[in-house]
Amino acid sequence: MSGKHINLTLKIWRQNGPQAPGSWEIFPAKDISTEASFLEMLDIVNEQLALAGKEPVAFDHDCREGICGTCGCAVNGRPHGPDRETTLCQLHMRRFRDGDTLVIEPYRARAFPVIKDLVVDRSAFDQVIQAGGFVSVNTGQAQDANSLPVPRNKAEEAMDAAACIGCGACVAACPNAAGMLFVSAKVSHLALLPQGRPEAAKRALSMVAQMDALGFGNCTNHKECEVECPKGISIRNIARLNREFIRAAVASTEKIPASGGGQ
Amino acid sequence: MIWVVRIFTTSIGKKQLMALTGLLFLLFLATHLLGNLSIYGGQGAFISYAEHLHALGKLLVVAEVGLVVALLIHITLAVILFFENRKARPIQYAVDKSGGGGRTFSSQTMPYTGFLILAFVIFHLATFSHHIVDQTHRNIFQIAYELFSNKGILIFYLAAMVVVALHVRHGLWSAFQTIGANHPKYMPFIEWLSIIFAIIVAVGFGSLPLAILALK
Repeated sequence: MSGKHINLTLKIWRQNGPQAPGSWEIFPAKDISTEASFLEMLDIVNEQLALAGKEPVAFDHDCREGICGTCGCAVNGRPHGPDRETTLCQLHMRRFRDGDTLVIEPYRARAFPVIKDLVVDRSAFDQVIQAGGFVSVNTGQAQDANSLPVPRNKAEEAMDAAACIGCGACVAACPNAAGMLFVSAKVSHLALLPQGRPEAAKRALSMVAQMDALGFGNCTNHKECEVECPKGISIRNIARLNREFIRAAVASTEKIPASGGGQ
Repeated sequence: MIWVVRIFTTSIGKKQLMALTGLLFLLFLATHLLGNLSIYGGQGAFISYAEHLHALGKLLVVAEVGLVVALLIHITLAVILFFENRKARPIQYAVDKSGGGGRTFSSQTMPYTGFLILAFVIFHLATFSHHIVDQTHRNIFQIAYELFSNKGILIFYLAAMVVVALHVRHGLWSAFQTIGANHPKYMPFIEWLSIIFAIIVAVGFGSLPLAILALK
């Protein structure tokens, strides 16, 4: 390994289980290569903890290439750390300076209860998707490519919304712990395409009702979600969700589910 | 009609009602300011504006009732949303900062500036409204002059206009976003308008007491 090495102080939230009270623990992170990713730094610290016979810090991770949406915690108060459009796994230690203190916390939201240490339960997002974030199609022979014309700009907008990896940083960043950016991205990427239109009204109403039932907060347009989103999802999607919702509520025959699908 | 009620139990429905009532107040602010600017035409123009306004009679009462109803809706929803949002994050972050620059001072203080505006509106109506203050012996200019001669009240009014401007600065563009009007072509204009209208409100209304004091 070449490159610089730095020493850090980590202040990490430790919590044994969902019901455990949790507390802060301070670890030194010595001799960390600036070429290590943030998660690799945690791996190094965990190895040291394991060798010392202590419980390693639990944190979420999977692909480690910024596309799966599994990793993420708040570093010095910012979901996925200080870099824009960067997941925690793609954040590198060269971003920090020798002697820095990093406060590492799990995402804080009622809808995302802590499972252990830095790991939170984000299955609330799955429940929102189950409420309508899909398209019902008959499978079978592939259609002719030109049977459903999609203008290029609409395709691009839909793809921008579909870039959402469901990591939960928007909820974590929102001062109100609202889930609007996630839900709006999921509603938008289908609403923009002809395949998504037939169920658009039902989808908007069901997903919003489910989101409300799961205890997310209400959007007050702080834009924190947009600036912390590792995929740069725009709040224009939230405006689209607002449009889709009121249009569905007033102009469609679909009903707003009484209390959402779940809970 | 149960579906109408149900819209306003959802997060987006509540927000949209909040936005619509907010837009109504912005419209009211604009007309209120335009009317009051008659002070720059002199005492006579100001008094004549007030008399013409009161001459509207029942029409004015309808507008007043409409504004009070909108105010009650706006306040009730604000309280509900405020507590729902606090409940959505039971454990606060140890480090809570906006590194990315999303929230503004104005957006973060909306509930508090809103509360202060309510206090101001009550004081304002108690000292100026023709329903409360007897205007048979004194005209509106004399009432205003006596009130603003008190330094404490003058400073309170000027400070209140800054608070209103802060509320408007986030409220205006935010209302458009919430009703779904965010478009790459006109959103930059609306965001600018929020700042410009906030300045107009602060400077426009803020200048009125000073103009009244200067005119005597």
